[in-house]
Amino acid sequence: MKLLTHNMLSSNIKGVTAGYPLLIEPQIITTTEVPINPNFLRHIFPKLDYSALVAAAKTLGFSDLPETAGVSDLEDEGFLKRFNHALLELKLEAGALVCPESGRRFMVSKGIPNMLLHEDEV
Amino acid sequence: MSARPELRAPPEIFYDEGEARKYTSSSRIIEIQAKLSDRALELLALPDDGIPRLLLDIGCGSGLSGETLSESGHHWIGLDISQAMLNVAVEREVEGDLLLGDMGQGLALRPGVIDGAISISAVQWLCNADKSSHNPRLRLKAFFGSLYRCLSRDAKAVLQVYPENLDQRQLILTSAMRAGFAGGVVVDYPHSSKSRKEYLVLTCGPPSLSASSVPNGIGEDGGSSDEDVSDDEETQVISAGDRQRPRKRQKLNWKVRGREWILNKKEQMRRKGNVVPADTKYTGRKRKARF
Repeated sequence: MKLLTHNMLSSNIKGVTAGYPLLIEPQIITTTEVPINPNFLRHIFPKLDYSALVAAAKTLGFSDLPETAGVSDLEDEGFLKRFNHALLELKLEAGALVCPESGRRFMVSKGIPNMLLHEDEV
Repeated sequence: MSARPELRAPPEIFYDEGEARKYTSSSRIIEIQAKLSDRALELLALPDDGIPRLLLDIGCGSGLSGETLSESGHHWIGLDISQAMLNVAVEREVEGDLLLGDMGQGLALRPGVIDGAISISAVQWLCNADKSSHNPRLRLKAFFGSLYRCLSRDAKAVLQVYPENLDQRQLILTSAMRAGFAGGVVVDYPHSSKSRKEYLVLTCGPPSLSASSVPNGIGEDGGSSDEDVSDDEETQVISAGDRQRPRKRQKLNWKVRGREWILNKKEQMRRKGNVVPADTKYTGRKRKARF
């Protein structure tokens, strides 16, 4: 699971209002190589919760992202490289995602988070 | 011909390892899925500006439909309820991210983040109650409600469905409309029982009054018709709900109404020299509506 997906995921357990962002408990982390596409990065940047991305990247061991970033940073090649790495190249293969409000854990295996809710959580 | 898959078992059980294997080995299945995905992506009508989008593949299964999205350069998140099918997707090393989840429980995504959604042969599964705790209407509501929320403005959702009957078709359509979607159904090859395919094309913005927001279906000759739907019914576009009901046209013109206006007019006519009935208490009296 890439951090792009993690940034969009929220806990939708019944009764939970502050289910975002999910905390990551990593066990196996992998890295792939993804060519930089500035068009996509500029398109997706306003949709992201940037601080959540920075925090998530840190738990996966990548702390080179600046704490804040604005639209002007998207012109800087160095930033784009680090942004691309955090967003698309880091992958969580195994571990867990934890709902910040209820503490419910969603296991991740083979890179796939199990988001199935139990009957009482719907 | 055996019963529909939806009537044989819940999807997470029907799509087991054996069924999932077909999706790797059967070239016929792969070809059909690829065609449906191509058509769904075409109907999604994303802007042709070279910017990759973030799309959702609902019921992504073995990742066949997702590969169509990747081939067009888009990033995607796939959701499926069958672990066996997702395992096949992992084997095929699809580029999109996969989620194990139940669409009837709601999509666990933040509002306004998805640029478009497709679904191939999946949404009709919501119409069957596979557990005693399932209520199809509530599951459809949870699905369409969360889908509407996570799509950005101007984003579309194209859902290829296999409804069992008219009731299911209605159920799916009304659930979508209640969630706030506008749009219609595109039917390709409506007269061929084998080739007939239905796509629910849903839009998030305010309902557009022109039918051009919902494309035409493909007729039997393989070409798409640009004219209005004729009696020949080569193509079918069924437009569903503006949420506003058509207002009854009121032919009342406020300038020429009322007792005073009538009395003035009669006076004018008298000055002209016409024969005009006398003004009585009955002049310009409110009549019964049916009059």
